Amino acid sequence: MQHTTTIKAGGSEKDYWKDLWKNKQLLLILSKRDISVRYKQTLLGVAWSVLRPIMTMTVMVFVFSYVAKLKGDEGIPYPLMVLCGITIWTFFANTFSQISSSILINSNLVSKVYFPRLLMPLSSVAVGFVDFLITLGIFLILTAFFHHPLSWNIVYLPAFLLLAFITSMGFGLFFAVLNVRFRDIGQLIPFIVQVGFYICPIAYSSRLAQGMWYEKYYNLNPMVGIIDGFKWCLLGDKAYFNPNSVYSTAIISVVILILSLIYFRKKENTFVDHI
Amino acid sequence: MAMSVITAENISKKYIIDHKHKTGGPSTFRDVVSDLFSRKSSHDYTEKEEFWALKDVNFTIDRGDRIGIVGHNGAGKSTLLKILSRITEPSTGQIKIDGRVASLLEVGTGFHPELTGRENIYLNGAILGMAKWEIKESFDAIVDFAGVEKFLDTPVKRYSSGMYVRLGFAIAAHLNPEILIVDEVLAVGDTEFQKKSLGKMRDVSESGKTLLFVSHNLTAIQALCNKSFYFEKGQLIDQGETTHIVTNYLSKVSHKKMERHWDDINQAPGNDQVRIKSFRLLAEYIDNLVHIDVRTPMNFQFEFWNMEEGANLNLSMHLYTFTGECIFNVGTESQQFGKGLVTGVCQIPGHFLNDGSYVVSMMIVKDTSTVVYNMEEALIFDIEDYRENVTWYGKWPGYIRPKLNFSIRQTEHLVND
Repeated sequence: MQHTTTIKAGGSEKDYWKDLWKNKQLLLILSKRDISVRYKQTLLGVAWSVLRPIMTMTVMVFVFSYVAKLKGDEGIPYPLMVLCGITIWTFFANTFSQISSSILINSNLVSKVYFPRLLMPLSSVAVGFVDFLITLGIFLILTAFFHHPLSWNIVYLPAFLLLAFITSMGFGLFFAVLNVRFRDIGQLIPFIVQVGFYICPIAYSSRLAQGMWYEKYYNLNPMVGIIDGFKWCLLGDKAYFNPNSVYSTAIISVVILILSLIYFRKKENTFVDHI
Repeated sequence: MAMSVITAENISKKYIIDHKHKTGGPSTFRDVVSDLFSRKSSHDYTEKEEFWALKDVNFTIDRGDRIGIVGHNGAGKSTLLKILSRITEPSTGQIKIDGRVASLLEVGTGFHPELTGRENIYLNGAILGMAKWEIKESFDAIVDFAGVEKFLDTPVKRYSSGMYVRLGFAIAAHLNPEILIVDEVLAVGDTEFQKKSLGKMRDVSESGKTLLFVSHNLTAIQALCNKSFYFEKGQLIDQGETTHIVTNYLSKVSHKKMERHWDDINQAPGNDQVRIKSFRLLAEYIDNLVHIDVRTPMNFQFEFWNMEEGANLNLSMHLYTFTGECIFNVGTESQQFGKGLVTGVCQIPGHFLNDGSYVVSMMIVKDTSTVVYNMEEALIFDIEDYRENVTWYGKWPGYIRPKLNFSIRQTEHLVND
């Protein structure tokens, strides 16, 4: 079995994607590592992954529906709408922050051993994904509790999840590269996530933005279309959703992902020089 | 049949050193933003300096070669290994490598403290590029080699540092690459383990695999490698037979600064009471050598100006290992001195210190109790290994290596009736 490698400036090689595929084992093991060390040395252990989303949801629902008295779409229990938004938003926010810090967190690996660096952001989403499944489970239990019927729209759910993943990857990779060079990013990310929470239709419906002067800027945010779509999948046709927005959302997220990937590939071989 | 497995052409690696932040590394937006503005005033470019960690390095390595890489700290050895291991890319040049490379720049890379020994074997193995079946196949051998059977299901954070290193090395030792790159991993672990790992490396080198080995342990390099590269200031200045290269290297190492002096009293370190004039290490070289080895007697000479008439002073010298453990502290008697130059000499006999790097600090003490001036790292020197009639090349244990009267003789003959 002959294996030839050429190392030169500025070129991660043409076999990169093949290399990445060959390392799928490592991807699996790194993901497993993140999941299994997550609740080590905690008293409640895995119970946290159920408790955390429940606690967040309780606070959010209480604040938005009872204190702020916001209204959602008609025919949908307001708490359910918030929970639905939180479910997908938390997935995005978690994976986005984990991807952004994935290179720095694994800096001991980056400086000592070679493998396609893309494995690190890829494996870092595992934890976010597991959390998402748990939150989704809780949400489904609560829909039963509110006697809200599920619709067939749910079959489109994986598509929106994939879009959310693509978007978090697109933004995350970009920030992951910047984070290696500028540690400011670490400070900025929680802020971005916080702002994002308010400019995305989580505690309110996108219906509110319709016809407003800022509507076209509002729709530029790929997460708007994704969250609307996600609500539409889980809450049925009564949830506000503009099917045309799917195309622009998909195009925007994919373009961002491609640009970030190019940027990442260009910089990945010199990460170690800045760590 | 000699066949080149690694061909490097014009390899250079450039780092930009930012003089405002000498550590290099992470910077903040603020710097970039302020740079943007300051660029308007043209001369600020000088603040950034190019540093060539490697410059125009060319070499070929044949299949089955065992290459030792020697050079001072910062000569570019580690940078070269990093480039060969694809951890970073060269700024210019090209390297062609035929064969699977495993590089071991650290033992236990990626070990997670919370995971058990068993989990970490799979994690580390995968990180080093082993397939799952390969790890499974060598699992028992790894555990056996590391001697951690009883602790397989204990998180490695509870391991002793020795166990940790043993496990890390054991995994790496069971890699099966065509080319193995090793960086200074023998510096860790206890003697017993070092012996074991050197043996393992010898097996690798004898099985016809290609080996690249960086170490400050020249004895190990001489034992393992048939050829060597000598790097200085980022350039490959000599290559050839290991014995030749090592001799060449040692003759240059010993010229490193073991003498410091300040001719201008006002510039010299010190204070109102004392000023340092010089520190010198005068070695009585053996066999026409120009480096210090474990046999070499040494004299440490310290000169300082006393500025206070009638001060009661004594010198106190600490000898530290390079890693900072104090080996001993000796002091002179206290004595009254007039203004002027004071000289102290301390002798360390040959056959006393072990091989290694040492740091001397010098204290000037007043009235046997007040430290007037403390010069940390007054001198830094290396002692090379020297052995006769031995077949063992591992690191000699202990901080000191005294030659004591220690003899054996036959005291009784067993008589067969």
